[in-house]
Amino acid sequence: MTSTVRSPSTPPIRKRTAKQRIAFATVLLLGGLGLIIFLSLTQGSVSLTSGEIANALLRRGDPIHETILWDLRLPRVLAALVVGAALGLSGALLQGMLRNGLASPFLLGISAGAGLVAVLVVGVGLLQIWVPIGAWLGAVLTTLMVYLLARRGTTISVERLVLGGVAFSSFFGAIQSLLLLMSPDGQIQAALNWLIGSLNGRGWNEVTVVGPVISLATIAGCLLARQVNLLSLGDDLATGLGTSLVRSRCLVGAVATLLAASAVSVAGLIGFVGLIVPHGVRLLVGTDYRLVLPFSTLGGALVLSAADLVARVGPVELPVGVDTAVMGAHVFISMLYRRRAGGA
Amino acid sequence: MPVEARQLDGGYGSRPVVEGVNLSIQTGEWLSLLGANGSGKSTLLRLLSRILKPQGGAVILDGQDIQTQSPTTIARKLALLPQQQTLPDGLTVYQLVSLGRSPHQPWWQWELDEAGRSKVNEALEWTEITHYRDRPVSNLSGGARQRAFLALALAQDPKILMLDEPTTFLDLHYQLQLLELLQRLNRQQNLSIVTVLHDINLAVRYSDRLALLRQGRLWGVGTPSEMLTPETLGAVFDIDTKILSTPVGPQICALGAIAPDDDP
Repeated sequence: MTSTVRSPSTPPIRKRTAKQRIAFATVLLLGGLGLIIFLSLTQGSVSLTSGEIANALLRRGDPIHETILWDLRLPRVLAALVVGAALGLSGALLQGMLRNGLASPFLLGISAGAGLVAVLVVGVGLLQIWVPIGAWLGAVLTTLMVYLLARRGTTISVERLVLGGVAFSSFFGAIQSLLLLMSPDGQIQAALNWLIGSLNGRGWNEVTVVGPVISLATIAGCLLARQVNLLSLGDDLATGLGTSLVRSRCLVGAVATLLAASAVSVAGLIGFVGLIVPHGVRLLVGTDYRLVLPFSTLGGALVLSAADLVARVGPVELPVGVDTAVMGAHVFISMLYRRRAGGA
Repeated sequence: MPVEARQLDGGYGSRPVVEGVNLSIQTGEWLSLLGANGSGKSTLLRLLSRILKPQGGAVILDGQDIQTQSPTTIARKLALLPQQQTLPDGLTVYQLVSLGRSPHQPWWQWELDEAGRSKVNEALEWTEITHYRDRPVSNLSGGARQRAFLALALAQDPKILMLDEPTTFLDLHYQLQLLELLQRLNRQQNLSIVTVLHDINLAVRYSDRLALLRQGRLWGVGTPSEMLTPETLGAVFDIDTKILSTPVGPQICALGAIAPDDDP
C-alpha cells in the first residue's frame, strides 16, 4: 500500500531465507495445532489422560469418556478449527483484494447483515435452528448489496466497496440495537450470546453441514492467490498484466463472503481473528499471497482453537468472541508498536 | 503495424477527454505523446493499452480490435507502466518481477517454469538490478524502484511497451539512465515504445516521432525535427521558444508563456 522510502539510516533487517521462513512457519503452526488439539481433547471439567483418549477414540474403555470425546470435545475442536480457518482465510483474501490492512471478514457488511437477521429471527420467536441459516443469508445478501453499490459501469472500485460496507454496517447495526432495546430480557441474552460469538455446544450437526462448504471454499480461496498478488499492485498495473478487475474482485469477494458467512452461521460474530491472523502470517512468511493464504487458514484454525480452549477451561466459561477480542486487541497493538519501531 | 487508433474517443465521464484520434505506432519505433496538462496524453495512453474502454472508435492491435481480445492475450503483447504504482509492503524485487510472467502462466501453475524464470532473470539483467533481487522494492531508491517496475513490464515479454511519465520523481541522472536503458531496449530488441513525457527536450532527444495533443485532439505527428518549430510549440504549449542547436541535437529554450487566444 505504501510507497514511502525507508530512511537510509535504517539498517537492513537480516532475514532468514525464504525457505527457512516457510519451514519455520510450517513447524510453528502445525506443531501449535497438534498441541492445541491434544490439549482440547484432554482438558476440561473432566481431565483425560492420553491413554484414556486413545481408548475412547477406539471406542473402548469407559463409555463416559467415549461420550465426552466423541460427542462433546471432538466436534467442538473441529468446529473451532473450521470456523477459525474460514475467518483467517477470509480476512487474508479481503485484505489482499482491498489493499487495506484494516479489512476483516466483516468489513463488507457481513457481520451487520448476519447480526440483524439473527436478532430478527430471535425476536420473532422462531426456533434457534433458524439462526444459522438466517445469519448466513443476511451476510450473503448484505455483501451482494455492497457489491452492487460499488459497481460503476464496468468496474468495481475498492473505495466504494469499503464505504458501502461501512455504510450498510452502521445502518444495520443501528436497527439491530433498536430491536435489542425493544425485546424482552430472555431474548436479549440469547441474541447477545450469538452476537459475541461462541462455540459452546456446537456438535456434529454444525460440523457436517458447514465443514464441507468451508473446505471447498478454502481450496478455491487458496487457488486465487495469484489473482490477489496481482490485485495488490493497483488497478492499472493489474489490468495491464491481464487481470479482469471485476471478475477477480467478484471471485475473491464471493469466496471470502462464503467463508465468513459459513463461519458466522456456526459460531456467531467472532471478531479479530480475521483481522489479526493475516497480519501475523505476513510477519512470518512475507507478502506473497501464495503463502499468506494457506498459512492464514492454518493460523486462523490455531488461534480460534487456542482461544476456545482458554475460554472453556477457565472457572467460568466465556464466549470465545470475548477471548479473541481481548487477546486480539493486545496482539494488534503490540504489532503496531513493533511496526512503528521498525521491526516489521 | 502493431498498434493503431482509429477515430478514437474516450474519457472518464460522459464527455470524452480524447476525441477523434487517428494514430499508428510502427514496429520498433519510439513515439512520445506530448501536450500541455489536461491535453489527454495519459488518457490516450490508457485507451491504447486497454485500461480504459473507448467511447467511440477502436484500438487495433495486430489487426484486431483490442476489445475483442482477452486481457491476457493483450498482456502478452503489450506492457504498461502506469505513472503511479502501489507497492505492497515487503514485496521483494524478484517477487515483483515474477508477477510479470502472469499472462504467460496458466491459472493453476503455482510456480514459474524454467522459461519463466530465465525471462525474469533476463529482465533483471537488462535493468541492472540483479543484485537487488531479494531486497524489498520499498527499500530501493526512486531510480532503482522505477527500474524494478520496468523489469516487471519486460518480464511480460511484450512487443510494445507503454510508459506514463516514467521519469517523474526522478532526478536528472536517473532520468537519463532510464531513457538510455529504454533506447537500448528499443534498438537491440526492436521493442516499440510509447511514452508520455513532460520534458519536451528529453522527448525530442530520444523519440523517433512525436505526437502532439492539444485539448484532446491530435494536433500533429512527425519526427522531432519536423515538430520542433517555434510556431508548433507556440500553438501546442502556448509558449514562446527558441530552438537551439546543441551537442545532443536540437533543444528548446523556453522564453516565456504566451496567453492562449482560444481559451474558453
